[in-house]
Amino acid sequence: MVDISEQTNAAAVAVAQREFASVGRRWTSLARGLPVLPLAILVPFIVIALFADWIAPYDPTEPIAGAKIFEPPFWMQGGGTRALLGTDFQARDLLSRLIFGARVSLIVGVTGTIVAGTIGTALGILSGYLGGWVDQVIMRVTDAWLALPALVFAIFLATMLGPSMWNIVIILGLVYWTRYARVIRGEVLSLREREFVKLAEIAGGSRTRVIFRHILPNVLNSTMVLASLTIGVVIIAEASLSFLGVGVPPPEPAWGSMLADGRSMLMVGDWWLTVFPGLGILLVVLATQLLGDWLRVRLDPQLRNM
Amino acid sequence: MPAPLLELENLQKYFPVSTGPLLRRKLGWIKAVDGVDLAVWPGETLGLIGESGCGKTTTSKLILLQEAPTAGAIRFGGEDISRLQNQELMRYRREVQVVFQDPYSSLSPRMRVGDIVAEPLEIHTDLSREALHERVAEVLELVGLQPEVARLFPHEFSGGQRQRIAIARALATHTRLIVLDEPVSALDVSIRAQIMNQLEHLQQTLGVSYLFIGHDLATVAHISHRIAVMYLGQIVELADSLELCARPLHPYTQALFTAALPSHPDQRHEKLTIAGEVPSALDPPSGCRFHPRCPHAMPQCAHEAPVRKEVAPQHTVACHLY
Amino acid sequence: MATLLRVSNLQTYYSSFGGARVVKAVDDVSFTLEAGETIGLVGESGCGKTTTCLSIVGLLPSAARVVGGSIEFAGEEITTKRPREMRRIRGRQIAMILQDPMASLNPLFSIYTQVAEPAYYHQAIRGRPLRQRVQELLRAVRIPSPEVRMREYPHQMSGGMRQRVVGAIAMAGGPKLMIADEPTTNLDVTIQAQYLEVLKEIQQESGVALIFVTHNLGIVAKMCDKMAVMYAGKIVEQGGVRDLFRSPKHPYTRALLGSMPKLGSKDPLYAIPGHPPNLAQLPSGCAFHPRCPHTMPRCVSQEPDDRHIDANWTARCWLLDRQVQEEYASAIA
Repeated sequence: MVDISEQTNAAAVAVAQREFASVGRRWTSLARGLPVLPLAILVPFIVIALFADWIAPYDPTEPIAGAKIFEPPFWMQGGGTRALLGTDFQARDLLSRLIFGARVSLIVGVTGTIVAGTIGTALGILSGYLGGWVDQVIMRVTDAWLALPALVFAIFLATMLGPSMWNIVIILGLVYWTRYARVIRGEVLSLREREFVKLAEIAGGSRTRVIFRHILPNVLNSTMVLASLTIGVVIIAEASLSFLGVGVPPPEPAWGSMLADGRSMLMVGDWWLTVFPGLGILLVVLATQLLGDWLRVRLDPQLRNM
Repeated sequence: MPAPLLELENLQKYFPVSTGPLLRRKLGWIKAVDGVDLAVWPGETLGLIGESGCGKTTTSKLILLQEAPTAGAIRFGGEDISRLQNQELMRYRREVQVVFQDPYSSLSPRMRVGDIVAEPLEIHTDLSREALHERVAEVLELVGLQPEVARLFPHEFSGGQRQRIAIARALATHTRLIVLDEPVSALDVSIRAQIMNQLEHLQQTLGVSYLFIGHDLATVAHISHRIAVMYLGQIVELADSLELCARPLHPYTQALFTAALPSHPDQRHEKLTIAGEVPSALDPPSGCRFHPRCPHAMPQCAHEAPVRKEVAPQHTVACHLY
Repeated sequence: MATLLRVSNLQTYYSSFGGARVVKAVDDVSFTLEAGETIGLVGESGCGKTTTCLSIVGLLPSAARVVGGSIEFAGEEITTKRPREMRRIRGRQIAMILQDPMASLNPLFSIYTQVAEPAYYHQAIRGRPLRQRVQELLRAVRIPSPEVRMREYPHQMSGGMRQRVVGAIAMAGGPKLMIADEPTTNLDVTIQAQYLEVLKEIQQESGVALIFVTHNLGIVAKMCDKMAVMYAGKIVEQGGVRDLFRSPKHPYTRALLGSMPKLGSKDPLYAIPGHPPNLAQLPSGCAFHPRCPHTMPRCVSQEPDDRHIDANWTARCWLLDRQVQEEYASAIA
């Protein structure tokens, strides 16, 4: 047997053993670099959204018994502890509506992004890997799609499909996939030339196998980064649709529709109806953007080390 | 006399060059491979040496069916590979594999080593999971790695180890021919010898044939039984390795020897017999393609392309000097 | 002849994580170079040869610093010079050629502009004399029809030509010392041979001293007068090229020579077991001991010091220790 360093092998085995002994080690190294600010914002919102049923003091769709409409928050004159952040035009508790609205925004934001990401990545991979007329067709469709103003298109689809939360999710997915397709296609084009892909082809691997085992795992990083960066866009889009009345239908609370409801009262000084939902949107979107940025920096150098 | 494992007969690959996407006027042809005849016998290493633009990469792509020839034939086990379909095609892919130059991009970064090595087996066989594990372990040991490393990812390995993994993968399906495209050029000097020795040992044990493509004469000569020298898409000389080193006949081969780096300071006095650069394959010189740079060029060389003929036992040259 | 370059006990360390992790890229490296001499710095990736050169030329990345030793160039200590002073030395007195010519050449400027720049700044030549100087330089690197080619751009030239242009730029300031860091790695064999001849000619004509950094012993055999073999940040053996090739004293030098395939010989190659060391986790004692066929207990515990085999020939190995030799002789007696 040809001399192969025993030390090399011993080292490799030691690495393998270490790897299994400390899956926890991976987590701690991840934790060391975590972005504090975005998580400090997002985690509470996620918790609130998950446990809305238990946290919210009132049913967001029912008026509080015995409350007046347009009650201000508790620290202002006329407000009380019955409705901590005030009430809206139907005497419903603003705080509860905010809490449930968080759930709507986050669910729609996340699932909408998942739908968009899935469609976009799939088309990007097909376009980049198969090339030829498939590529041309998909790219021209992408171009055409991009030419449509996103929000207008979304509104159009919303009026066609009718309002419901899941319809909105689908619509947002259909509107925003194009960002993924372009970027992923670019990555696939360069991945396709990498030697490990060629090796799989030369070994006789079918196209399906190459796509699922070699291309897809290596573009997932980019997809995740893109997703985290665009989730904010989707959340704002949902808020916009709700604001315009074609989003999540009442009486289900959504931050966007709360903004719309409260708009007319701004003139009279009842600012809490719009500021709180607006702040909610602002914070969540800001946090996701920051998180996306962090992810991009974190994952990028590794991308290059492939 | 056993039949050759791989035979290239008058192989040609021309790439069209056209202007712009709209007009598509043909400017001409890049004659990357122009009339190549080669054979690789079972259990032997054929070295293919040449500089950039000589066509060795294109030749390997043709053999690996990544490109289709413009003319000529490639026969494996007697059968023309361009005619292969389905099962026979899969059999060819199973028996002919490749190892590339760059160890850092040959292995799929998100797959475990065991899966990478098992992939050809998964594609071509129906083996059960246990049988796959066994074969992977077997083949990893063959290349000098411990079977436990199958659980690891490529980035935990050095360049030399990665090349071993690539070789293991190439051997997994009882391959008969491995195309090695500059397999050690990207490795550290001290690791090169390890891999070269490993490759030789594997050939002795398994009887696999190699097509060893390289640019470093000493490396190629060391591992090859026979060497083919390529220039601008053609084979200019083909001989047994030691014979070629003792008596290089073609002026280009001789130039390669004078250009080769000495292995000892006392050897440094050879005068370089070549100047200029390799001309473009788009418009190769007429007649013998080497004549503009040849120190022995005769008037005949510009008009008539020399035919490769046997000048000494098992030693062929394409040159009007002979 | 006065010594042109004297590197003494140079230590260049990389630090990361705010000083928590230190990599001793260059650890106690000493060598000298006279005017017109060529020294080969040989070693594999990570041995410290490039860092040594960057230390000399003052272009270390921000994470690296010269933490000890001295570099004397033309009698002056240069490790303590301010950046502005180093800029005057760089290009004018010390020039560097890198591996990838496309990275060294600016694709937006003509060959003329790039070759003229050092002469313009360092020697204040202008106008017609400048044009003539550029043509002279291009002729010296054997670029045909320089008057025409100097108006071209890098992308119009082949790899070999570009590397020669890089050589011309390096010589334009009239340097006394040129550092070539693996300049031929990407070149074809015959182009490499032509290029090395060009370098030799330049050296003979101008008397410039040359530091040739490479992992290829063949280049050292062809080009260098003396060589220094580096491993894990130290020079493990240095001396005249002929001495080291004929009878290398350090096991690593011997191993490197033994692992080179030689034309016309099918002798088995000596494969050094193991792999190049990780500078962040060096073995104890002599860094080569895990891979050395002659390891003794002392090698594991103590780093060998530099021993003289000859006036100009040193090696770091316990095998050279007289006491060790005597013990060995008595053990086999």
